[in-house]
Amino acid sequence: MIEVRLFATLRQGREKVVMLESQGFSTARDIIEHLDIPAGEVSILLINGFHKTPDTEVKDGDIVALFPPVGGG
Amino acid sequence: MAGAYYEKIARINLSTGEIKVEPLDLELAHKFIGGRGLGTKILYDEGVATVDPLSPENKLIYITGPMTGAAAPSTGRYMVVTKSPLTGMIACSNSGGIWGAKLKHAGWDAIIVEGQAPEWTYISIEDDKIQLLDAREYLGMMSEEMDTKLKEKHGPTASVLNIGPAGEKQVLLAAIMNDKDRAAGRSGVGAVMGSKRLKAIVVKSSRIKLDNIADEEALKAATKRAMDVLMANPVTSSGLKQLGTAILVNIINNVGSLPTKNWQESYYEQAEDISGEALAEKYLVRPGACYRCPIACGRIINVNGHVTGGPEYEPLWAYGANCGNNDLNVIDECNMLCNEYGLDAISTPCTIAAAMELYQRGAIKEEDCAGVPLEWGSTKALVEWTKRMGNPETELDWLMSSGSARLCEHYGMPELSMSVKKQEMPAYDARGIQGIGITYATSNRGGCHVRGYMISPEVLGLPQQLDRTVTDDKAVWAKTFQDLTAVIDSMGHCLFTSFAMGAPEYTDLLNAATGTNWTVEQVLEIGDRIYNIERMFNKAAGMKPEDDRLPKRLLNDPIVNGPSKGMVSQLPLTLPQYYEARGWVNAFPTDETLKKLGLDECIGK
Repeated sequence: MIEVRLFATLRQGREKVVMLESQGFSTARDIIEHLDIPAGEVSILLINGFHKTPDTEVKDGDIVALFPPVGGG
Repeated sequence: MAGAYYEKIARINLSTGEIKVEPLDLELAHKFIGGRGLGTKILYDEGVATVDPLSPENKLIYITGPMTGAAAPSTGRYMVVTKSPLTGMIACSNSGGIWGAKLKHAGWDAIIVEGQAPEWTYISIEDDKIQLLDAREYLGMMSEEMDTKLKEKHGPTASVLNIGPAGEKQVLLAAIMNDKDRAAGRSGVGAVMGSKRLKAIVVKSSRIKLDNIADEEALKAATKRAMDVLMANPVTSSGLKQLGTAILVNIINNVGSLPTKNWQESYYEQAEDISGEALAEKYLVRPGACYRCPIACGRIINVNGHVTGGPEYEPLWAYGANCGNNDLNVIDECNMLCNEYGLDAISTPCTIAAAMELYQRGAIKEEDCAGVPLEWGSTKALVEWTKRMGNPETELDWLMSSGSARLCEHYGMPELSMSVKKQEMPAYDARGIQGIGITYATSNRGGCHVRGYMISPEVLGLPQQLDRTVTDDKAVWAKTFQDLTAVIDSMGHCLFTSFAMGAPEYTDLLNAATGTNWTVEQVLEIGDRIYNIERMFNKAAGMKPEDDRLPKRLLNDPIVNGPSKGMVSQLPLTLPQYYEARGWVNAFPTDETLKKLGLDECIGK
């Protein structure tokens, strides 16, 4: 399974956490498309806590966290 | 009345009651911009670095920047510049709201307060008229109630700055509050105000805007460009309005850098419970905005039926993960208590976290705790100890209200204080995010994130994404961020504009308002100059090279859990790179660097 965590506005109309079977998803981009998230809305993509690009491969057991543009301090 | 400065400083001696109006040295103002830069230069020149911070000899400067109160984005900022009783070094605490804009509209670039009043006093400013008034009836009053009372007395257009019980008692973690829920929070500036027996400053102005802009048309154009940039950026146009700074709880936790239980851990399983998303869902009433701010990051929330200012990211973390507490309502309540007592909402909960670790290790005993043991996650302890620190009575109350460095030193465990220069570090673990550790270690005011917010590039991808785990070029990035931040602070803009705006936008605004013709490079050099005059103040105050440090835990103990497990700070590698970028040797500027920056008066000091 791949655990996908959604944050802030990306939760609107979606669950906070989505568990996906790893088969059928080769990259993070596949997951973003599967969840019907417009590409431009994801500003920060973490895989297992590290910043990655959407082309990064995903595998069973990964935690994928998706954030819209955020700032603070 | 030259471009954006009213060229007037009021010098108020509370010992004698004398109020003098002095001209602003315009050349000096341009050289240091105003606010943080000019305030520090004035303190340095007047020999304040060597005085006892809580003595009548210390000076307390409330200072605006040229942009404060101007018709430009997010210009509600003023600064309190003084010698810190917490760090013994330079303090510059920055606050929003409307008080700073009103002070500027009243025609004052700065108010310098000296001496010590014979009886508790407050200052009333109505345009040119400054009066010292009796404050005795307000003693012991909470900050918000006093704000209400003074508005009743001086009228609804008055803006109030004051200290609560913590400042009165010269608690080293005391903040200065304004407009009820805005705070010049850090470095104990409220204690300095208390030491002068100054309870409040009320400001009223007939002007509702600046009438001394050098080039109104140029400022309109620069403001339009700046607004376009702010509105085109999703963080400053909508993100901060929707979720406030609290949005950071989840992202910082997800990169394994949310310090937990006094930095013993760096990933908090219950972070979702104390997140910006949870705050918005459960308690948010509406966003709040300071003067002329399109960003509106403030949170107006409902705390047990009381509508008031809500917590930023920092207290959410500090009263939450850092104390092992996931009760969001209690964090809201404690944040409100900090505002009421006038306490720093970062250092206060971080000191409670340090005390909880001392309790965990058996240094503080149950019998020392007067019925409220300092157990991890105890909501009763968070509420009760915040109140005790805001109005200390027992020996342990006083120790805790003096900050974690003095507390942990007292128990013979100084390394449990997660502080730099005796000021508590904020909510980002510098083991998991390498560049922010450079900011912490070299910050002139001690542990602080807003002196060079490396989280922007290292985590948020602004203006570009850097790898948080490596040290490459981070020293130069940190220096550049520090210099630009010094400029933004000194101008009187809110730092949050810099999530979207860059040095060119600030340079245009400054030139339009003040009539200068600086290039971007020259403006950044002013930032460099400001950073160096702060450092020279610290040197004169007795700072040692070893004060540019991080707690040993960050250097020696790898992160124990979460995605950043195994990481330590590489500060020993980056600090020499930083000094080289600054032109410093052993933590201080060389004569050559001082000369290059036009700080000849500091050479040989």
